[in-house]
Amino acid sequence: MQDPPVARGFRGKRPPSGNDRIPPGQHLTSDFPVLSAGPTPTPRPESWSFALQNGGSLLGKWNWREFEGLPQTRLKVDIHCVTTWSKLDTNWQGVSIDTLFEAAGIAQPPQPYVMFHCDGGYTTNVPVADLIDGKAMIATRYEGEPLLPEHGGPARLLIPHLYFWKSAKWVRRLRFMEHDVPGFWESLGYHIYGDPWREQRYAGD
Amino acid sequence: MPETNTTLAGQRRLLWRTAEVRQVIDETPRVRSLVLNVLGWPTHRPGQHVDVRLTAEDGYQAQRSYSIASAPEAPQLTLTVERIDDGEVSPYLATEVRVGDRFEVRGPIGGYFVWTAALGGPLFLIAGGSGIAPLMAMLRHRAAAGSHVPALLLYSSRTFSDIIYREELNRLAALGDGPRVFHTLTRQQPAGWTGAARRIDRDMLAEIGIAATAQPRIFVCGPTSLVEQTTQSLLALGHEATMIKTERFGPTGALR
Repeated sequence: MQDPPVARGFRGKRPPSGNDRIPPGQHLTSDFPVLSAGPTPTPRPESWSFALQNGGSLLGKWNWREFEGLPQTRLKVDIHCVTTWSKLDTNWQGVSIDTLFEAAGIAQPPQPYVMFHCDGGYTTNVPVADLIDGKAMIATRYEGEPLLPEHGGPARLLIPHLYFWKSAKWVRRLRFMEHDVPGFWESLGYHIYGDPWREQRYAGD
Repeated sequence: MPETNTTLAGQRRLLWRTAEVRQVIDETPRVRSLVLNVLGWPTHRPGQHVDVRLTAEDGYQAQRSYSIASAPEAPQLTLTVERIDDGEVSPYLATEVRVGDRFEVRGPIGGYFVWTAALGGPLFLIAGGSGIAPLMAMLRHRAAAGSHVPALLLYSSRTFSDIIYREELNRLAALGDGPRVFHTLTRQQPAGWTGAARRIDRDMLAEIGIAATAQPRIFVCGPTSLVEQTTQSLLALGHEATMIKTERFGPTGALR
């Protein structure tokens, strides 16, 4: 393959340290940029719920008060957005997917894939294996404060080892699937899985 | 190497392509447009973006996303870049680059924040600062395609000299069935300014915007604060959330 052309006079800002925590093609940010495809939904706490679904059957459902009452998990993680920013050492609190499955009495996930459904119609697909064993949570707090609406509040998915579009904002429902079916961005040219360390940004990467 | 790779799923991989700078246009003191020749560019739809990758002499690379500002009908690809002073890629693109320089682009990317003439209208575009770029691709496409779809651009800039594409927008608006273009300047207004002089708010959207009853397709692009405020106002004015598409840049306004 041909070498990429050198951009004359470009030096760039190389990260001073922590280089091994930044996936290829990413750069550090101290901001927390907001990226959403439409208006920010503002659900009322009294009408909010989170549901687990398999086919036509409801495996579990919690209203806001019940959800807040579930055992809490804290995660300190690095996050990586497909638009190339990464942010290190972010602190989250919420309910792990393991805890949710346990609370719903799910000993063995009934299907290998999941679609998450969100307020505003957003969806994203994830293999179950990427959600369990402490890998993911439904987060309700960021840096000790309730999640702001533009960052997905009241509750968003957090799957830090995948590109951040998978960490769907305003999440309301987990639906088990037999096969991996693309969600919103995955249908619009983004990668079906989205591993930042393999730089799986777009379909075919 | 073949021109495209095909995965098992039948999806074509987006390849990095060499872009050569053919023209540099100073739009404002902080913003430049780069007109690029991209060999084998597969065309795009208005509103889509590209990833730009810069390679330093020692092989170090940096990449960022930029909206495409040109119409698909244009022979060359135009990116419009605002210089972020402590940025890594934008100071190079908006200050250093000159005609003949080469770097890489990959795309087009994104299929949601997209408008083509075939989708119809009315078309209601709302921009803040350099958020105008993907909306300009839509207006340029509308003109190039000879579309008669009613269109309105509401454009918020800080000062008169910060208005990107000012003269081209004037020319487009002066065409028989050109878009209506309405400016607001939030920081400073020149003497005799006839546009608005404040941030976009609900009253402004109600007064000059396209009414919800006309069911316009709405595209909002700008800083997060502008997009949040504007979209909440649009919802309050009765526009359906599904008709409002957004692109945001910049951090949240909240202190953390």
